[in-house]
Amino acid sequence: GCFVFKPSPKKRRVSYRTVRDFGEGKDDSEDTELRFVTCQSLWNQIKSETEQIQEDLNKQLFDNLVNFLRRSHSEFQEKTTEWTCRMKYREIPTAALVLGVNVTDHNLTFRSLSEVLQNNVTPYVALLEAKDCPGIKNLMQKLMGQLMNCCIDVDSLEDEDYVQVSQNRIRCSMTSLINWYDNVTKKTDCETPRKKRTSSPRHWQSPPVVVIFKDMESFTTKVLQDFIVISSQHIRELPLVLIFGIATSPMIIHSLLPHSVSSLLCIELFQSLSCKEHLSTIIDKLILTAQFPFKLGEKVLQVLINIFLYHDFSVQNFIKGFQLCIVEHFYSQPLSVLCCQLVDAKKRVNSLSHDQCENIRRLPSFRRYVESQISEKQIALLTADSFLKETIQKLLEDLYVYHENYLLVLRCLHVFTSSLPKYPLGKQIRELHCACLENRVWETEEYESSLQLARMLNKSDLVTMLQQCVEIFVSSSGKEFDETVEKLKEFLTQFQKLEAEAFQERDVSVSSQKELQKKTDLYHLQKTLLELKESRRSKKLTKFEMLRFEVVDYIDSLVRNYLVPADHKTLHEIIYFNTASVLREHLNAAPRIALHTALNNPYSYLKNQALKSDGGSISNKAPDICIAYKLHLECGRLINLVDWLEAFSTVVMAADKPNADEASSDQVDDIIHARFIRAVSELELLGFIKPSKQKTDHVARLTWGGC
Amino acid sequence: MSQPEGKGRGALEVKFVPDEEVVKHIADDAGIKVRKDKTQLTVSVKRFVKKLENISDDEAQEILEEKNYVAALGICAQDPTGNGSSVSGGEVYSFQTPKRSSKMAELASELAQTPGQSVAPDHSECPEKTAETPQTSSKYMFLLLMLVFSLLLQSRKKEFVSTTPYRLRRRIAAPDPYLESESEYSASCSEEEDEEDQKEISTVLSGRKTPAKTKAASTPSPRNALVKKIKEDKMSNLVEEYFEAHSSSKVLTSDRTLQKLRKRRLNQQTLHDLLRKAPLAYAAEIKELNQQHESLFSKWMLQLHLGFNIVLYGLGSKRDLLEKFRTSVLQSSVHLVVNGYFPSITVRSILNSITEEVLEHIGTFRSPLDQLEFIIKRFKEDSSLELYVLIHNLDSQMLRGERSQQILAQLSSLPSIYIIASIDHINAPLMWDQAKLSLYNWLWYETTTFSPYVEETSYENSLLVQQSGSLALSSLMHVLRSLTLNARGIFRLLAQYQLDNKDNPSYPGLSFQDFYQQCREAFLVNSDLTLRAQLTEFRDHKLIRTKRGADGVEYLLIPVDESTLTDFLEKEDEDV
Repeated sequence: GCFVFKPSPKKRRVSYRTVRDFGEGKDDSEDTELRFVTCQSLWNQIKSETEQIQEDLNKQLFDNLVNFLRRSHSEFQEKTTEWTCRMKYREIPTAALVLGVNVTDHNLTFRSLSEVLQNNVTPYVALLEAKDCPGIKNLMQKLMGQLMNCCIDVDSLEDEDYVQVSQNRIRCSMTSLINWYDNVTKKTDCETPRKKRTSSPRHWQSPPVVVIFKDMESFTTKVLQDFIVISSQHIRELPLVLIFGIATSPMIIHSLLPHSVSSLLCIELFQSLSCKEHLSTIIDKLILTAQFPFKLGEKVLQVLINIFLYHDFSVQNFIKGFQLCIVEHFYSQPLSVLCCQLVDAKKRVNSLSHDQCENIRRLPSFRRYVESQISEKQIALLTADSFLKETIQKLLEDLYVYHENYLLVLRCLHVFTSSLPKYPLGKQIRELHCACLENRVWETEEYESSLQLARMLNKSDLVTMLQQCVEIFVSSSGKEFDETVEKLKEFLTQFQKLEAEAFQERDVSVSSQKELQKKTDLYHLQKTLLELKESRRSKKLTKFEMLRFEVVDYIDSLVRNYLVPADHKTLHEIIYFNTASVLREHLNAAPRIALHTALNNPYSYLKNQALKSDGGSISNKAPDICIAYKLHLECGRLINLVDWLEAFSTVVMAADKPNADEASSDQVDDIIHARFIRAVSELELLGFIKPSKQKTDHVARLTWGGC
Repeated sequence: MSQPEGKGRGALEVKFVPDEEVVKHIADDAGIKVRKDKTQLTVSVKRFVKKLENISDDEAQEILEEKNYVAALGICAQDPTGNGSSVSGGEVYSFQTPKRSSKMAELASELAQTPGQSVAPDHSECPEKTAETPQTSSKYMFLLLMLVFSLLLQSRKKEFVSTTPYRLRRRIAAPDPYLESESEYSASCSEEEDEEDQKEISTVLSGRKTPAKTKAASTPSPRNALVKKIKEDKMSNLVEEYFEAHSSSKVLTSDRTLQKLRKRRLNQQTLHDLLRKAPLAYAAEIKELNQQHESLFSKWMLQLHLGFNIVLYGLGSKRDLLEKFRTSVLQSSVHLVVNGYFPSITVRSILNSITEEVLEHIGTFRSPLDQLEFIIKRFKEDSSLELYVLIHNLDSQMLRGERSQQILAQLSSLPSIYIIASIDHINAPLMWDQAKLSLYNWLWYETTTFSPYVEETSYENSLLVQQSGSLALSSLMHVLRSLTLNARGIFRLLAQYQLDNKDNPSYPGLSFQDFYQQCREAFLVNSDLTLRAQLTEFRDHKLIRTKRGADGVEYLLIPVDESTLTDFLEKEDEDV
């Protein structure tokens, strides 16, 4: 079944080949290398950025964990009363690490966790996974193997006998583990004065042994129980600390372990950041930033977010999707060579070839731009490459400026919309971003309603929001928003002034109240009340309200100016990746739908007129497997092969009628029989039917309802 | 007839008492709505019972009445299959009850009658199908009939109840021109007919009653509401229907077997030859499809190098495509081709070929996991090592297990191992959970090729009953050759006896005592114990099977089909 093919060992040009793949199948292969390099460097940049983010997010958690380990450990060392009292109850210090349902991301977390622990606390860290430990024996074996290996890794100067002793020749038991631990600690103890000055201070004298259960839920209860009970017997000799990785809720510990076992644990709970927050940070740092030249279009971003929210909650997958976007963009768009930092892009524009210029002229957004110009300029743009390059430089610069402004105003708008009741434009900034990318946000109903709500904000909220906006604008480096900042500050001072005036107003209202109290006459009372009401309606706006209107209008004008959707911008094709279908196809494929379409409507793949048919039906000239499939749909749970064969041959013979003459009918029959056999076995391979022993010559259907 | 009708009338009052129960029983998921419409329901039932009085023995008259009645209920045009048009996939077909066993032949004749033209498979949607309408409606009629009968007329004679479906069934079966005789459509022996019919009724009733009844109940409601409601019903009923259809072991299909066809069975070779003779349909279009896929090769290479792995799906064999990929792109690099469809492939053999041939390691491993660890270590140490792994049918029987997939996934997660695989089974994606998916890091590519699965289905065990049985025969011969003459004689005796009884469908096997007697007479054994020892040997080689009958007697059977057995005896005769 397996065949290995080896080439003659002469051509090995790995990296070069990758570049070649990149350009293959394209006519314009000139910039491919540059494009590939740009793509790679961009991806590496983004990758390191995401890792950095991950690290930062986990820092807090890890710090807490390390502290916890130190504490449990120090107690062991100093033999304090608390520890001895705990020893009496044989409790194992345990950290329950709640990580959330995105199990696939956990690996990364655990890897960095064990790294952190090995650097800071103890060299003895073992990572256990449920799939490796079906029984307590395997668990011990795995545990000892990891511990002894890691000990070798740390002090590589160690004599060779640990390397020689394979994990299996040692009897896997707690006693041998304790012996090993004693040996190791003794050795390091006596070694410490001699050498190891450099590495030892990081670890304590007798470092704890940390055992991490990556996926606590999937361990067999029995194994866990046994391990806990056994090790609690030996906690005196072996400073063991457990870490449980939990995907669901901390309650699971108690439902998995009976009280007698869980009482042997001294559990402390640690909560990691939820994956949604993680995603928000990633989006904030990767997408809502001008740092990276590459941008995602609205649909693409929506697809990625949907996969995250509805399928896996996995940030890793989100980043993978992002990577795919980058690759696709640089692969399919020849002009993506300009998708780099502005300075480089300007240089690259100058060295663009004629073909590339033609490519630019073909861009729809550029065509729109050309049409809006005066006729001489149009001719110049379409004929003179040098003039075109100049214009491109200008346009690219525009685009970059647009981005910076866009992001600032977006954040500013988000400050307003995120505090409105019911969040008409979404709670998260990513939703707002999508809405703004999709089309002109100010034309949407949601925007209208959120403006209306904003006009009803109270003063303190409004002031804090304005202050936040000022901060956002001030933090930007550009000069573009100096004026805006001024304006916003002016609003703020006006609000302060209002506060002062408010006192006076209150006086006025108090006086009118007094007036009310004076009139005891019912008629007069009614009259004054009506007057008051009248005046309120006609006066309508207090100063505060007017100011509030002004502020909202100002924000509105900002939005209209800066939050133009990206695809209205010229040359947006260069830096925006917008083919969401590709992404969906490759990341979130539906194999069954493809099969279903192929079987039910072969015309969608085989463009032959004979196969053309209108909805829900099939021509009798369809491929054999389609006919067999269609016929089998008419059956119940079991299918009689003879009937099926007859039905099949009826259809096929009718289709072949013109060239079927009586003389060779027997042979034709055989061929049809053979074709039927093939169709049936293909359907079996695809999993639609299986042989059944319930009745002779019957097959069972395996599908139910819609495909 | 007047007497039972009178009874029916008398039972009418009785019926109103359990009406609550009826409604609850039948349309429990329709909820309050049905309860409200209860009065209308009873009215309609009353009307129906009135109509019942007119039923004469004349069948034509009865059909007319049924039609009228169903029309009066306003459901005649509403086939449940017609309502699912908005549900994806549902428009094409819905679940068919076992009752419609003749449908396939009908569809076939339709397809055949209109060459080159498209035919709607759904009967209710086809305008020309006047002949079909009474049939479908009569099914409802029959349903309701049965429903009312079973509740109302429990005191009546069983014959009435059981003959009705029989009559109906005959009518349903009648339009099928491909049936040789009606009796072929019986579920089992004729003496059980009545009982059978009863069962059928209950099956059909349970299968169909819910939608039918809710429809009847909700007739007065506005049309759009009705449609919506039926849709909802459809969704919730799908689950119930499924279990109801699968709960009964009785399935009504024709009893015909391939044995009765005068066609000889094809063996692998003749099948292959015949298929080669048959021209491949739509070769040009298929070629075009393939060319589209081939243009993706460089992209695949790029994405493989960037850390993704590629999985191909879609109808048609992807073997040729991958082979082309291999020959055109991978010639200059180390690659491993895994034929997953090969019946004896294991993960172990894949790992072995990596360690032995790619890494040139001599030595064995205790477990696949150790081997995997070794491979991972080697690939991590030596960054210049690269390996492309092409897996045809990653979802094959042998590789789809959890452990194998886990190992393959871990292999694929290595940055210098590039996997490109194909899957065909409709449920193949279920093999992978999130953890495995993230290890595999798939990019999915749809490559529908429509090419026949020649290689994939060519292995003996992947074919159905049309098998020649040559494998079974050869193994039988092989085992028997190594036995003593006496032992062969014993087996022959059993085989002969089984062949003599091949026409007896209820043949339980040869009882041990009889067998012993016969063996003694043939001087093959001299004691009970020798025979038992011999039988144990047979059993160990899976040559015979023993089972205990109802009377506690041990029966012996050879679990091989008749033709193979005949062939075997012929071969034996030649040998002797």
